[in-house]
Amino acid sequence: MLRYTINRVLLAIPTLFGVAVLVFFLLRVVPGDIVEIKLRGDGGSVTQETIELERKRLGLDRPLAVQFGEWMVNMAKFDFGTSMWTERPVITEIAIRLELSLQVAIMATIIAVLLAIPMGTMAALFRDTWIDYLVRVLTIGGLSIPSFWFGMLIMLALLSFFNWLPPITFTPIYVDPIANLQQLIWPALAVGYRYCAVVARMIRSSLLEVLNEDYIRTARAKGVYERLVISRHALRNALLPAITVIGLEFTFLIGGLVVTEQVFNLNGIGQLFVQSVSRNDFTLIQGMVMLIAAFYVFVNLAIDLLYAVFDPRIRYGK
Amino acid sequence: MKITRRTALQGTAGAFALGLSGFNFDFTKAEAQAPNVKRGGTLNFAISAEAPHYDPHGSDTYATLHFAAPFYSTLLRFNLSKFPQVEGDLAESWTVAPDLMTYTFKLHPGVKFADGKELTSEDVKATYDRMRNPPQGVVSTRQPTFADIGEIQTPDATTVVFKMKAVNAAMLEHFASPWNVIYSAKDLADNPAGPRTKINGTGPFVFVEHVKGSHVAGKKNDNYFKKGMPYLDGFKGIFTLQAAAMLNAVQGGQVLGEFRGISPAERDRLVQAMGDKIRIEEDSWTLNLLVCFNTTKKPFDDVRVRKALLMAIDRWGGSVGLSKISTLRAVGGVLRPGSPYATPEAELVKLPGFSKDIKASREEAKKLLKEAGQENLKFVLWNRNLAMPYTPAGVFLVDQWRQIGVEVEHKQSDTGPYLATMNAGNHDVAIDFSNLFMDDSSLALSKYLSLSRAPENRSRSTDPELDKLYDDHIRERDPEKRKALIRAFEKRVFEQGYQQPILWWHRIVPTHKTLMGWKMSPSHNLGQQLEDVWINT
Repeated sequence: MLRYTINRVLLAIPTLFGVAVLVFFLLRVVPGDIVEIKLRGDGGSVTQETIELERKRLGLDRPLAVQFGEWMVNMAKFDFGTSMWTERPVITEIAIRLELSLQVAIMATIIAVLLAIPMGTMAALFRDTWIDYLVRVLTIGGLSIPSFWFGMLIMLALLSFFNWLPPITFTPIYVDPIANLQQLIWPALAVGYRYCAVVARMIRSSLLEVLNEDYIRTARAKGVYERLVISRHALRNALLPAITVIGLEFTFLIGGLVVTEQVFNLNGIGQLFVQSVSRNDFTLIQGMVMLIAAFYVFVNLAIDLLYAVFDPRIRYGK
Repeated sequence: MKITRRTALQGTAGAFALGLSGFNFDFTKAEAQAPNVKRGGTLNFAISAEAPHYDPHGSDTYATLHFAAPFYSTLLRFNLSKFPQVEGDLAESWTVAPDLMTYTFKLHPGVKFADGKELTSEDVKATYDRMRNPPQGVVSTRQPTFADIGEIQTPDATTVVFKMKAVNAAMLEHFASPWNVIYSAKDLADNPAGPRTKINGTGPFVFVEHVKGSHVAGKKNDNYFKKGMPYLDGFKGIFTLQAAAMLNAVQGGQVLGEFRGISPAERDRLVQAMGDKIRIEEDSWTLNLLVCFNTTKKPFDDVRVRKALLMAIDRWGGSVGLSKISTLRAVGGVLRPGSPYATPEAELVKLPGFSKDIKASREEAKKLLKEAGQENLKFVLWNRNLAMPYTPAGVFLVDQWRQIGVEVEHKQSDTGPYLATMNAGNHDVAIDFSNLFMDDSSLALSKYLSLSRAPENRSRSTDPELDKLYDDHIRERDPEKRKALIRAFEKRVFEQGYQQPILWWHRIVPTHKTLMGWKMSPSHNLGQQLEDVWINT
């Protein structure tokens, strides 16, 4: 298991390197110039000489290979450089938003998992009954309604029924847990609903499949209590594909909530991503892509390791 | 007596003989106190965009001013209760020489920057030098405004003298521009580009933090030179980039106002939801959207094509429809409709693009296109991706031009790339804007000057005749002659069709009724120092 883990971590290096090469060179062929946008995008009258000087200052006049090499060397030292737009370290720019985005993702995952497992299980166990129909209606609703729209409904409901809205600026949970939860529970709910629908449907279909397996019939024939059959033999196996979905959804939530963040006025990674792309802020985009890629790599590793926990037949490294 | 350009222009011989002078209420000696003012509290307000940097000298967006104005002072400023009169800010008093060639300002003594350093006339000189002759690496969008300043003298620590190279009858108002915030000479000497990333001013509030993407916060400046001010303990300007989020925040009381302006539909929603808890103030706006043709590109180098496209636009009909759904409203020429020098409607309708007989106008437009060999004209309309009011304006224009057989692709992009594209001259036709802070013609007309003199002229036209008319008008001190020159300038601009206002904006500002002291004006760039704002809790 340890060897497998080490192998996977080592495999992450070429994966991330590939991502780095792709993002660096693709960004350079996209039309647009950070210096033009920065100096001329605010109505300023700027000479070409000033533009060239700024380009030089930012190191954009050097050969691409040199720029790439320097970026890679610095990244190996965990120095992601400075945002070309804000002139602040990329790490600082990301850190301001990551705390919020990470918390929303974790809260949404908790909400989704806590709701999806009982919903999916009940729907499978009571197939074609009113319980199953109710769960199916709820989950289809979750898949059909965009999270941002559900978020807008939540906000309007809070305003209309309680004449209250959550705080508009972020307070870290360690500073004021109540203010923090007051703000973030609503986007977590909005996003968690869709997330829950995906996972619940996955658990339902997976459980239905597992319940028809021979080993379940054998367990029942042996006289094992139904509760044990479901929890120990059926659900445990049925959760495996759901774990994959949970992991991928969690990673998506880190940077993919652009519109939901706007609805709740959240200062998250999604908005930063959009802003940096519209400004051609290469260093910041590169930093964020590497962050998201690293999340994907390590969440996938965690999923694979969890597989072994849920399914004793899977033993890596043997 | 407060001196404005108009009073200067209309002044008596006696006043000229004595030299024109102005003075300001001495806030440093008398404690400023409006009746029943309640002190304390933190004002939360919405800013619908985030400042790209902190330096108003190099900016044209209100986002920078709403962010930075509370931290800074200017030499003069506009008195919003008597707009467009000016009053002193850092200047305790001032005199203007009868020939308008010398401006002498006496500064309030004992004014301190946030870092504790005392403000002197050297700081004013360094600030204005930076604006009129920006050092390498510094962007100054104010450079053309102060091109007429010849020399700045500082005979003592509290006196600063501006010697002009040429008369600019509107110079006093330009000294009151909210963009001309005063920086510390030492800071500028250390790093001329420093104000882009660092704030150190003499304003009513001291910078606390800027959480990127979230908010800017300031706290009361205990050393503020106007005693007893500001009334608030602090403020928080919260970035609400999405209109729905901003409206929710106003309705939910998380912010007490948004000071730029909202649309009629947004106003109606707030009024319906909040009833008498919301205050709505409305005014015409010193802001218009223009259609501008890149005259360096074919076929827009042909005046017939430009004129045809302008004549196809039914501004009068558009005004009725667009004013219901957007902030666009008034039909006007190069000056804000209703302002002292604006062209009256009876004269305006005679100019190309302003006829009320749109059917005849469009027939004429089709003829012009045929003459120019452009009957099947197709082009891209470049626009900003702000829903209000850029998108409806773009949709409106596409429809207007479709009615004379012109096919237009409407492309919208974020503010940065949108401006960068236009400034680099990569557009065919664009919706541009003219963002003014006052009605003065020297400011409003400058956008139409030749590109070499006005980098903000996105039609990239060169027209020495227009430049001469502008120069003549700016030196002209007789109001009637000046008005005639403005009319001639306007006629020339519209006859040539380089660029032309589509419609002027209408400003609607929502504030909670607990917010007191904030003053409405025709410009969203003014009145954002927040020193006399208070919360009536």
